[in-house]
Amino acid sequence: MTIYADLSTREAYGKVLVELGKEYKDIVVLDADLSRSTMTKYFAEKFPERFIQCGLQEQNMMSIAAGLAASGKIPFASTFAVFAACRCFDQVRVCIAQPKLNVKVVATHGGITVGEDGASHHAIEDLALYCSLPGFNVVVPADAIETVEVVKAAVTTEGPFYIRLGRPKFPAVYKDGYRFNLGKAVTLREGKDATVIACGIMVSKALEAANNLASQDIDCRVLNMPTLKPLDEGAIIEAAMQTGAIVVAEEHLIHGGLGSRVAQVVAREKPVPMSFIGINDVYAKSGKPDELLQRHGLTAEAIEQAAKVVVAEKTR
Amino acid sequence: MADLRTGAKFDLSVPELEKMARQLRRHVITMTATAGSGHPGGSLSAADIVTALYFKVMRHDPKNPQWPDRDRFILSKGHAAPILYAALAECGYFPVEELSTLRKLGSRLQGHTDRTLTPGVEMSAGSLGQGLSFGIGVALAARLDKRDYHVYVLLGDGECEEGQIWEAAMSAPHFQMDNLTAIIDHNGLQLDGRCCDIMGLESLADKWRAFNWHVIEIDGHDMSQIVQALKEARKIKQKPTVIIAHTVKGKGVSFMENNVDFHGKAPTPQEAEIALKELA
Repeated sequence: MTIYADLSTREAYGKVLVELGKEYKDIVVLDADLSRSTMTKYFAEKFPERFIQCGLQEQNMMSIAAGLAASGKIPFASTFAVFAACRCFDQVRVCIAQPKLNVKVVATHGGITVGEDGASHHAIEDLALYCSLPGFNVVVPADAIETVEVVKAAVTTEGPFYIRLGRPKFPAVYKDGYRFNLGKAVTLREGKDATVIACGIMVSKALEAANNLASQDIDCRVLNMPTLKPLDEGAIIEAAMQTGAIVVAEEHLIHGGLGSRVAQVVAREKPVPMSFIGINDVYAKSGKPDELLQRHGLTAEAIEQAAKVVVAEKTR
Repeated sequence: MADLRTGAKFDLSVPELEKMARQLRRHVITMTATAGSGHPGGSLSAADIVTALYFKVMRHDPKNPQWPDRDRFILSKGHAAPILYAALAECGYFPVEELSTLRKLGSRLQGHTDRTLTPGVEMSAGSLGQGLSFGIGVALAARLDKRDYHVYVLLGDGECEEGQIWEAAMSAPHFQMDNLTAIIDHNGLQLDGRCCDIMGLESLADKWRAFNWHVIEIDGHDMSQIVQALKEARKIKQKPTVIIAHTVKGKGVSFMENNVDFHGKAPTPQEAEIALKELA
């Protein structure tokens, strides 16, 4: 029995794939010379006949995955998020998205917390790209336990998935027993003055910010929104109606990702003051993950300040 | 000739295949002329290859397009959709009358192939370079499922300028795929002109040989050679086969042959009339 809670999201992915591989004989795993980083190596060791090492051929890998899916397999294709999104976008678009094939793209090393490898390896556009594809399910788990649940859901839900995981260990948000529902946000904390909507590594920071705000008499709701697509519009509208101010936090460009998608719903249904925590139209540089999060304002403090601003704007 | 729309076995003789290829060419002319757009040139050059596959070599059942043991034909050069649709219709996957809906709003026959709409179409294509990789995936699935179907992928020669083709060319022999055959419709022309002027491809045969494929070169309009090469490909073990089929773009219609203008342009009604006479 694997204890997932203390693992990084990619480690949790690698371990749960092995468990799922025992039960689902149609799971096939593909990797592009990164199995020791994406952690598909565990599956490769256990089920070598169902592991396809594609070498440094990401485009080939995505089209092969499509061919496998068209033949009844459940392919998981893994590489770093920068390559999964940018290097083979056309293959994903034409071979997978347009025919709605049952391919699960699980990308690790999302965002800037890749750290020292620098801008070429920082995936900050991947969510915008995958969310732009009609019919794709796009999910960003908040921790290892949620990752396990998301991967299980991907196996049992027909259709293409993009699941974005991280390189470092994310602080635990959930305990064993958590059940993920595709397309549903999770209210982690109730509140009436403002709502922070977050995904991925920013969820734990949102909770920290809400705790700090509570001591300043700001009652802040926190929504974990792991599914960017299909979006839980109901939870967003409710947050706008009931709390009147929204902050969105994500480890991604502020355009094209969760923030943009939430804003579109808010603008259409119930305009309220909003603020966006994310990377502001720049590429990050090499540095330690925490240094980069600090440099680009992806912190609990930044969320806290943004929440205060939108709460103040409500009364103007 | 056997009635092909009653599920009869597709095993035509060479003269019957040649007759069928002419029939498919006529469909290509009529379809693209009716649509007012499309890619007749590369459909006509591939007509004999597609005919040999669907009416002689491949194991398939139009009554059961999803038959798990069917041989697969993957049209990587998706713009040649008209020749595939013509073959599928003549086999009985859908009514021949439906061919006239090509490219029209609401039609199952899209400008480039769409596997979600058209019975018998294996792959959604249209962005060049992806079909051989897709075919590898289908062939790997056969190996995992211990099925003995064969996968045929039709590539354009211009398409071989795409980098992904060479990713697939490198990986298929690495995976020792002997249930996969690539066929290159080597008509020497692409949209902007002659392949040799646009981006030098030669020697194609040496390149594929260097990538460890079994290479067969044929006249892609000689039905006996096509059938023989396809049979030979199935016998090669431990490595994939590529058939380089030397063809003529626009083959069968005098004013379309070797005419780059008909890569992506439909014949006018007057041109179509002349073409159909030549193909009678």
